Amino acid sequence: MNAPLPAAAAARVAARAGRQAEIVAALAPAVPAHALLWRREDTVPYECDGLTAYREQPLVVVLPESEQQVADVLAICHRLEVPVVARGAGTGLSGGALPDPLGVTLSLAKFNRILAIDRVARTARVQSGVRNLAISEAAKSHGLFYAPDPSSQIACTIGGNVAENSGGVHCLKYGMTLHNVLKVRGFTAAGEAVEFGSDSLDAPGLDLLAAVIGSEGMLAVIFEVTVKLLPLAETARCIMASFADVRQAGDAVAAIIAAGIVPAGLEMMDKPMTAAVEGFVHAGYDLDAAAILLCESDGSASAVEEEIGRMAEVLRRCGATRIEASENEAQRLRFWSGRKNAFPASGRISPDYMCMDSTIPRKRLADMLIAIAEMETRHALRCVNVFHAGDGNLHPLILFDANDAAQLHRAEAFGAEILELSVAMGGTVTGEHGVGVEKLSSMCVQFSPAERAQMEGVKRAFDPAGKLNPGKVIPSLSRCAEYGRMHVKRGLLAFPELPRF
Amino acid sequence: MSPAVAAIVERVRDAHAAGRPLCIRAGGTKDFYGEAATGDVLDVRTLIGSADHEPTELVVTAPAGMTLVDLEALLAQKGQCLAFEPPRFGAASTVGGMVAAGLSGPSRAAAGSVRDHLLGVTLINGTGELMHFGGRVIKNVAGYDVSRLVAGSLGILGIVVEVSLKVLARPQAEATLRFDCRPGEALALLHGWGARPLPLDASAWWNGSLIVRLRGASAAVAGAARMLGGETIPPAAAAPFWDSLRDQTDPFFVAAEEAIAHQDATLWRLSLPQTAPLLGLAGDELIEWHGAQRWLATALPAAQVRDAAGAVGGHATAFRSRDKSAGVFAPLTPPLRGIHERLKRSFDPKGILNPGRLYRDL
Repeated sequence: MNAPLPAAAAARVAARAGRQAEIVAALAPAVPAHALLWRREDTVPYECDGLTAYREQPLVVVLPESEQQVADVLAICHRLEVPVVARGAGTGLSGGALPDPLGVTLSLAKFNRILAIDRVARTARVQSGVRNLAISEAAKSHGLFYAPDPSSQIACTIGGNVAENSGGVHCLKYGMTLHNVLKVRGFTAAGEAVEFGSDSLDAPGLDLLAAVIGSEGMLAVIFEVTVKLLPLAETARCIMASFADVRQAGDAVAAIIAAGIVPAGLEMMDKPMTAAVEGFVHAGYDLDAAAILLCESDGSASAVEEEIGRMAEVLRRCGATRIEASENEAQRLRFWSGRKNAFPASGRISPDYMCMDSTIPRKRLADMLIAIAEMETRHALRCVNVFHAGDGNLHPLILFDANDAAQLHRAEAFGAEILELSVAMGGTVTGEHGVGVEKLSSMCVQFSPAERAQMEGVKRAFDPAGKLNPGKVIPSLSRCAEYGRMHVKRGLLAFPELPRF
Repeated sequence: MSPAVAAIVERVRDAHAAGRPLCIRAGGTKDFYGEAATGDVLDVRTLIGSADHEPTELVVTAPAGMTLVDLEALLAQKGQCLAFEPPRFGAASTVGGMVAAGLSGPSRAAAGSVRDHLLGVTLINGTGELMHFGGRVIKNVAGYDVSRLVAGSLGILGIVVEVSLKVLARPQAEATLRFDCRPGEALALLHGWGARPLPLDASAWWNGSLIVRLRGASAAVAGAARMLGGETIPPAAAAPFWDSLRDQTDPFFVAAEEAIAHQDATLWRLSLPQTAPLLGLAGDELIEWHGAQRWLATALPAAQVRDAAGAVGGHATAFRSRDKSAGVFAPLTPPLRGIHERLKRSFDPKGILNPGRLYRDL
């Protein structure tokens, strides 16, 4: 009885085809024929981003090749009131580039040129489709690099990084995308040319650049980004430290920070994760350790020497059972090889995994690991953990088999519980992957109705018609009402008397 | 909600109902800044209480009415600081005013701005709603970054109640060096050093002297100091110099005040690309932030100063002036103007919070 009436379904299909024909006809004069895709077989690659569990067939995909074409496409979509979803490499992990079923997916993949590198100003002006790593590669001959380095940096684009405010393993010391972008150029939803930020360190008026970075493509379409470059460090060394107890490892993270050290990277892996990556990369990790810390120092040789010494001393004091400092670049890269391969290694030990991305205060790292261990039993699923420990950003990987509907359901409940606990600990549901569609429900937990309404107001200030990437980031009222079964907000748990840690 | 917060919420709701503008004010040390203030004064010095400082989290959460002096003293007890060195225009400067004004001090080019260190804000919008944005953790991309939009908004979006800031350990080592040179030579030196991995922190050129501060690990600072040369300024003289630059009490700023009072000069803050050439405008100039911030005390017409800054990709703010008729901040392009107007309406539909303080008709 739930099956749609054939007549209604047929009418929907016809309406969709009619709308598609209308949009294709309107866009055809604006872009070359090869830049306009609408046949099912051509649009399939655009149905999802890195979060493949969510798929949607876009009505039309357009791949403009010039700024003018982007402006024209936006103006046409604006006139026809068509939703527009901008897209880079499609490596995002939260479904931020999930197509709108009645919308246009605007791929900026062809904007892939590095326009200028200014060695003296230490800036690079690049098109938004340029890959993150390509910027550092191009800057290298000038002795410079672009600091934010998300794990997907060989594929992800700077435009996507701006949309998500991407981080990476070095952001404790060097900041996120927000801290490393000076200016973006793009268009408003209506196709008006607009610039946020400037070539100087600030711009007049409200800091709209700060709002645009991390707005998940909902406030403007960006085709050019000016980033800051930093001088390449003379050298880098990494310490790998083992701990017999996760609480000691967590305390060691806090102790390093308390000692006034800002490591270039500070990562933690738990025992199951270490076992998984060791089986994958054979880097010689300590398989007996309850947790492993990777602590990196970069700078001049003498400064690195000094910092490595200070970090080793703190780690020893905190009860590390084994401390090894890299003596050469090959060894440093070997230390990192496991951490960098945490995701593929997890793919090797489980058919599917769900990656969480919450951030909590550092001092709660051990509490969280212990709580996750308890959740594993309750949800009857395994979870392996890699943490950007230095900034409290967690990536628990919940292992499951998507072919088993019950497992998928349990994995989702497991993930939601981690996010709720993160908020209860004073943290946030997403540290660097973005809300997209994946964490819409969790936004109900973290923000009040008034706060969500204010965010909607920000959206409307930039995009009055609400057509840029609609349905992402800000959950609807009805969605939150449905999700409201367990309301957690700023440290107030629904059942505070229950033991959770 | 504390009684002080509840009282302000009540006040805002009444003002919203009556459509009666409020002028948000704490210590009043930045009364000179921005366009003229209008409306009934809403004193937010009532927003006091203890700050929650967690040294191992590198975070402090402080009430808006806390003075910067108190906050920095608290951080110093644990060897930490506000790395962006916000100017203190007087002992009464508050945390809320610091965020609303969005001004950063000498180390900004190396350490980042107020906005860069702002992790979360609790604010009351123009309808009297109390809201939290951001949080107390360093990495947070849940929702739009509304808290950072508040930095430098001069109170037009909401009343800051409480803020969370990233704090850092005080630098392990520091050295201050002096070089005799002309401004063009100073810029060339700074740009050359900037391309190398040196712990270059702050710089100031004025009146034939370039003063440079190095900050970082002991070995790095000692090595860089040897490499750069120059005359070493002893810490006992260096610390008060950087403080006076930060708080704008040094001789350049004192002379600028005189020129404003007696010669109808304006103290312009030119925010330029670091590598912009010298603009060659008549007046007294102090160069900071390795070339990215240039203070100019001059009686030249506003349009001439604005055009010169705009021509090199920067903008000019009439930072201190008796005559604000040419507008304090550089005008916005039409699309940005539209976004500003809609943002203002969204946060403050009746336009009662600091109306006209950022731009006269906003």
